[in-house]
Amino acid sequence: MELLCPAGNLAALKTAFNAGADAVYLGLKDDTNARSFAGLNFSPKKLQQAISIAKQMGKQIFLTINTFPKPTEEHRWYQAVDMAADLGADALIVADLSLLDYAHSKHPQLPLHLSVQASATNLGALTLYKEEFNIERAVLPRVLSMKQVRDLAKISPVDLEVFAFGSLCIMAEGRCHLSSYVTGQSPNTGGSCSPAQHVRWEEKGDKQSTLLNNVLIDSSSKDEQMGYPVVCKGRYQTEEEKDPEFMLESPTSLNTLSLLPDLGKAGIASLKIEGRQRSPAYVEQVTRVWRNAIDTYMASPESYQCRNEWNAALSKVSEGQTTTLGAYERSWQ
Amino acid sequence: MKISLGPLLYFWPKEKVFEFYQKVAESSIPVVYLGEAVCTRRRQLKFKDYLELATMLKQAGKEVIISTLALLETPSEFTELKRQIESCGFEIEANDLAGVHVAKEANIPFTCGTSINNYNLASLMKMHQWGMKRFVVPIELSKDWLNKVIASNGGSLPFEIEVFGHGHTPLAHSARCFTARHKGIAKDNCETVCIEYPKGLLTQTQEDQPLLRLNGIQTQAAACTDLSDDIEEMKAMGVTHFRISPSSMRSIDIAERLIKGEAIEKPLNPCNGYWKGEAGMELT
Repeated sequence: MELLCPAGNLAALKTAFNAGADAVYLGLKDDTNARSFAGLNFSPKKLQQAISIAKQMGKQIFLTINTFPKPTEEHRWYQAVDMAADLGADALIVADLSLLDYAHSKHPQLPLHLSVQASATNLGALTLYKEEFNIERAVLPRVLSMKQVRDLAKISPVDLEVFAFGSLCIMAEGRCHLSSYVTGQSPNTGGSCSPAQHVRWEEKGDKQSTLLNNVLIDSSSKDEQMGYPVVCKGRYQTEEEKDPEFMLESPTSLNTLSLLPDLGKAGIASLKIEGRQRSPAYVEQVTRVWRNAIDTYMASPESYQCRNEWNAALSKVSEGQTTTLGAYERSWQ
Repeated sequence: MKISLGPLLYFWPKEKVFEFYQKVAESSIPVVYLGEAVCTRRRQLKFKDYLELATMLKQAGKEVIISTLALLETPSEFTELKRQIESCGFEIEANDLAGVHVAKEANIPFTCGTSINNYNLASLMKMHQWGMKRFVVPIELSKDWLNKVIASNGGSLPFEIEVFGHGHTPLAHSARCFTARHKGIAKDNCETVCIEYPKGLLTQTQEDQPLLRLNGIQTQAAACTDLSDDIEEMKAMGVTHFRISPSSMRSIDIAERLIKGEAIEKPLNPCNGYWKGEAGMELT
């Protein structure tokens, strides 16, 4: 099982490799990737450096070009594909049909991974992408139970990658419009979910309000630990019940350490750590724990047990200091 | 431009659904989508019931399209979807690439629903090559965006264009059933409690601002999209279909008025932001 880690910059990339990542995924410094936060991501020159470091270390670089090209500006996305091919990236992570088509026909030797933003959860969708564009791998949205992942892995025409740890996206990715509904900016078209320029915190008396484009997402006491404000993790009320509650999900992170044997037995090719927007310190902490866990599991699959100190280390870097198995666990659903 | 009636996204009792489509059959609505697009646990109507309704509507002179599931989670759901598409005898609205794959293999013309990501001409042309005859513009895209797509093909497109013009837009789908969760019951034992919310469960911010409608595993906009003032402009652009997403019997009357070219009553909480290039919930 591959350990695939995030890198928002070269420092995070080096940290990830040194801490035991097999491969790193990253994006360019523009809206061709769905995590285009200010101050993050890679210029063409930095990408070249990243690929050169990876090659020296015997590791891999996957470039995410996972937004949907804008009409009249498609050439920028095509250029990104060409550049990745020229520089020798090990794979592209792509969601858009036209980009898959372009990359497959122009650079057939360049492996294609279907981005989670393509939201493919079933045999039909995966077969279509495999037959038409020869994708090698697909990243599954965080909406399937462990049994559903196992059942799909048995029949999937391509390798599967799953989210193992990090921020928990509770909607079928790539088809969620909650961010654009409230802020006008969409992960699909080059921004990110809940872009920072729309986030505002206000203190009123002993309360702290979290606003997203002036919509009150949450209200809390000042000392309460708050997650990053996304619409799906806000506290709301109904007409009948005015007590605010987390009606969709509370701020929490996904942690599948306990599922490692199930994922291994299912034949999952890659375990993805979420968090290109996070610091090198986060990448280091999470990568080390997961490297250790995977090595422990591989050395003796039958006797693997999730260690408390691993979970404790991961909880420290989790949203709200809590973790969940999310949709992998049927009872969560 | 034709007025179309999108699939009923809420869970209604069987009798109510039959009554609704009987009224639709008697209306002058020319294009009707129907089928379960949200959750397979909703079994008040079996697929054969939808086929019965589809046949009745076809006999009433309607163009009928079977809408398929937006989020497939089990291999059996895909097997069932394939069986339904191949055997139904109607064109389909694919709400996931699974539907596109099956329709393409079986040479069945299809519409791409709002939940399929068609953001540029090259992707649309690929879909067209696979048998797409119409696409519903992804809800977060604006008229300027659509104009650019049309212009990039020399001013017209070789397939039909439908705009989600009236109703509560579906914003997201999750594995989690938010309605069951709100009721404190497990999804596996949900007793299809969403039947208690025929327009979804209205969710407000802590300042009483309506924000979302929870419809089982689907999350919708609390605001009601109303693009009826933009119909003439849409016609000029080349939009071929204006979709009304039904939320009550009243949706049929709204369709009738728009077909006659009459103005409609504004919804309580209207929005048009997406079409105007703003945040979806805005009204400009």
